[in-house]
Amino acid sequence: VKSFQIEFCLDLFLHFCFQAPAYHLILEGILILWIIRLLFSKTYKLQERSDLTLKEKEELIEEWQPEPLVPPVPEDHPALNYNIVSGPPTHIITVNGKECINFASFNFLGLLNNEKVKSAAQASLKKYGVGTCGPRGFYGTFDVHLELEERLAKFMRTEEAIIYSYGFATIASAIPAYSKRGDIVFVDEAACFAIQKGLQASRSNIKLFKHNDMADLERLLKEQETEDQKNPRKARVTRRFIVVEGLYMNTGDICPLPELIKLKYKYKVRIFLEESLSFGVLGEHGRGITEHFGINIDDIDLISANMENSLASIGGFCCGRSFIIDHQRLSGQGYCFSASLPPLLAAAAIEALNIMEDNPDIFQTLRAKCERIHKALQGISGLKVVGECFSPALHLQLEESYGSRENDVKLLKRVVDYCMNSGIALTQARYLEREEKCLPPPSIRVVITVEQTEQELDKAASLLKEAAQSVLN
Amino acid sequence: INHIVQNGGLYKRPFNEAFEETPMLVAVLTYVGYGVLTLFGYLRDFMRQWKIEKCQNATEREEQKDFVPLYQDFENFYNRNLYMRIRDSWNRPICSVPGAKVDMMERVSHDYNWTFTYTGRVIKDIINMGSYNYLGFAQKAGPCQEAAAKVLSQYGAGVCSTRQEMGNLDKHEELEKLVARFLGVESAMAYGMGFATNSMNIPALVGKGCLILSDELNHASLVLGARLSGATIRIFKHNNMQSLEKLLKDAIVHGQPRTRRPWKKILILVEGIYSMEGSIVRLPEVIALKKKYKSYLYLDEAHSIGALGPTGRGVVEYFGLSPEDVDVMMGTFTKSFGAAGGYIGGKKELIDYLRTYSHSAVYATSMSPPVVEQIITSVKCIMGEDGTTVGEARVQQLAENTRYFRRRLKEMGFIIYGNEDSPVVPLMLYMPAKIGAFGREMLKRNIGVVVVGFPATPIIESRARFCLSAAHTKEMLDTALKEINEVGDLLQLKYSRRRLVPLLDRPFDETTYEETED
Repeated sequence: VKSFQIEFCLDLFLHFCFQAPAYHLILEGILILWIIRLLFSKTYKLQERSDLTLKEKEELIEEWQPEPLVPPVPEDHPALNYNIVSGPPTHIITVNGKECINFASFNFLGLLNNEKVKSAAQASLKKYGVGTCGPRGFYGTFDVHLELEERLAKFMRTEEAIIYSYGFATIASAIPAYSKRGDIVFVDEAACFAIQKGLQASRSNIKLFKHNDMADLERLLKEQETEDQKNPRKARVTRRFIVVEGLYMNTGDICPLPELIKLKYKYKVRIFLEESLSFGVLGEHGRGITEHFGINIDDIDLISANMENSLASIGGFCCGRSFIIDHQRLSGQGYCFSASLPPLLAAAAIEALNIMEDNPDIFQTLRAKCERIHKALQGISGLKVVGECFSPALHLQLEESYGSRENDVKLLKRVVDYCMNSGIALTQARYLEREEKCLPPPSIRVVITVEQTEQELDKAASLLKEAAQSVLN
Repeated sequence: INHIVQNGGLYKRPFNEAFEETPMLVAVLTYVGYGVLTLFGYLRDFMRQWKIEKCQNATEREEQKDFVPLYQDFENFYNRNLYMRIRDSWNRPICSVPGAKVDMMERVSHDYNWTFTYTGRVIKDIINMGSYNYLGFAQKAGPCQEAAAKVLSQYGAGVCSTRQEMGNLDKHEELEKLVARFLGVESAMAYGMGFATNSMNIPALVGKGCLILSDELNHASLVLGARLSGATIRIFKHNNMQSLEKLLKDAIVHGQPRTRRPWKKILILVEGIYSMEGSIVRLPEVIALKKKYKSYLYLDEAHSIGALGPTGRGVVEYFGLSPEDVDVMMGTFTKSFGAAGGYIGGKKELIDYLRTYSHSAVYATSMSPPVVEQIITSVKCIMGEDGTTVGEARVQQLAENTRYFRRRLKEMGFIIYGNEDSPVVPLMLYMPAKIGAFGREMLKRNIGVVVVGFPATPIIESRARFCLSAAHTKEMLDTALKEINEVGDLLQLKYSRRRLVPLLDRPFDETTYEETED
């Protein structure tokens, strides 16, 4: 029976073969031959067609000399020798053994040494220990974190907030969570380094516009619009963002937010606002630049700030609508893959928020002090003040450069040393010279806090005048 | 593949690592499970689109509806339809110190995990097998906590400045000298966040024109640091030394792609213990290869510092090697020291360079003083410098707990991945439904476990991961083992067929390697 079946099949096959048209058979024949050829041909690797012998390869391996892992750093490099602060970096600070008045730490509201904040942190330490021993997803979420997120969202009057355990990582993780390869980001030239790293991690197209120049931004947006009209399909899936800071760290001025909002609705771009310096400083209640300008907070898609300046804690937060913030809980790298904020620091931040809410007049006091010193520092020969009159973080730059950046840095160092010897602690603004996109000129950072008295402010101004006189003339 | 290697000369102790293969039936059923879930996902999306089912997602503002959509619909498919169903296994809020036993806030959901409400009740004394508390330093009382409290009242909680400006406290200098002494290196530097240590320092060490050879299963921070540096990245198979050697040979012989210029330097990125697999890096072989091909080694000891080695000095001590052979020793303080932050240790030139050029030293706020004090006290405890033998006892206890726990689980018949000495114990679940079920059943029995699925693991290899601690007593481990046994029978998790496969490394394909260029 079996042999009959095989014969029958063979018969059927031959029958169909002769029935089929000739071109069909020829095509099938060619395909079969091609398959046989592919099966038996040798595979070769594109890379290794150079045909080096084993001996030659070993010689190459012997000869190759790598660079040293790191180039040597000269001993007197200005960034290598840190100032050593003994004791707490509060209003009176002991730097390198000398007691000075602190004009260098970003302790705007003076909460670093506040007893209530410290006792809240102590209570938390007694309850939770120090570390959280896990990321937020794996038993690292404490009730303090949830409370802090709620409080921040309520304070900023948004739907939701998310906290990070490191200030730098906040904006550097937030941007790549939304903006991916192929998306377009318009960013100010003076944006801080954390934003630059976030943009680099996102692999999007970056378009820089001149600092605070709305005309330049509009020009770029119009160019993008004409590009879109050429390729509407691609434009429909390309997301666009504008990233600006409330109060710029590198220049001390604020961004023109009302114009930005107009541009947002005209060109359909989303706005990400970085408020590290303006949170707790601008606005009637310290809510930042949106309160300063009286803008509806829902108009800003994402506000990111770090808690290391006004709140005198560690970490950062992002706030906005739930639609936007919730996405970061699964795709914010610094949130998912990193341990959560130690509870004592979260408790300190909550207490600091309480103090901010209970004493809304400290913002007015801070502003008055800023204006005072801004006025007092005008007219120093050789140095110019860079920053708004109500900005608590000013820069003092040289009016004209003395040759190279190195020389400028050395001169400013002498000014700083003169002041430190006379009891005012200042520092130069530090940058990574090779990595910044638009390197700001060297400057001295002057930071104003509510704890500084008027005599101290005047003393600082007169000391800087003296120092500039003696060093620069 | 189960192998016991005593590779003549390089290894001074047996290296037992096992990755039992997925049983065929289980793999098929897992794919079927995901298929069914995907179908239901499409069905649900369809119903939501046609308003048959209420859509509970947050939506875009009315005024911005004509903007380009922020998220692609498909991106969130997994989130909406698979993750949301078992979301209660993650982000569980706790309200006590994350020690061996922990208190959890009870939360319920009335709409299938879209929103949670807290009932206000606290579930007490859950055995914590999920927190990274290897040496048990997560304590709310004791010498570490007292020292931290003192420093907190003296220094405050924050610092408000960067290391290079006004944020370098004397405490930081003390910490760095101590860490250097602990590791046996010339010098060390500490940073505020472990993740940021990698992502900010790898770009400072390598740049364009350099080559990074990174393990397949490296952590997200290493991958991000490698990408941000701008160097060429090539990936070798997990812990596979033949793959690494081939990459090294090819790199030196052929140079940079297209231009054929020689590479400026080659950096190998490996981790001490891989947290998802529980495997330990084959350090003796890596160091031998590194020396032969003149490349540099970056060792991320996030999970292995404090947890391996007779005195807790990490994977270098575990293998009996010298810390001088590792060019860059990186680690974190979050896991074994009960604090937060990371460090890098190495030669003095390296650390001086990082002090000057690391992104974190210039732009990021320095570490908080009470956290620094916690690290100082715990390191001194481990080294025995506080006058007690508590540190030594904890390291021994952890090693014993590890061996005991792993042996018992293997005897019960579960598939356990990883090295016999690693305190990270992944137990394979495979099927998507079992991920949620395992987490919930264990919680009912008062044991907190961590379950992981896609995308942290390959799609069919979801697992439960236990992190052992020196604070776990034998009774706690026995209770946990009993419950795991019960749940294992209930959910039919005992897949192991205990087949010993001959002594071969995982086979790899000779003709291809992956290269990613940014």
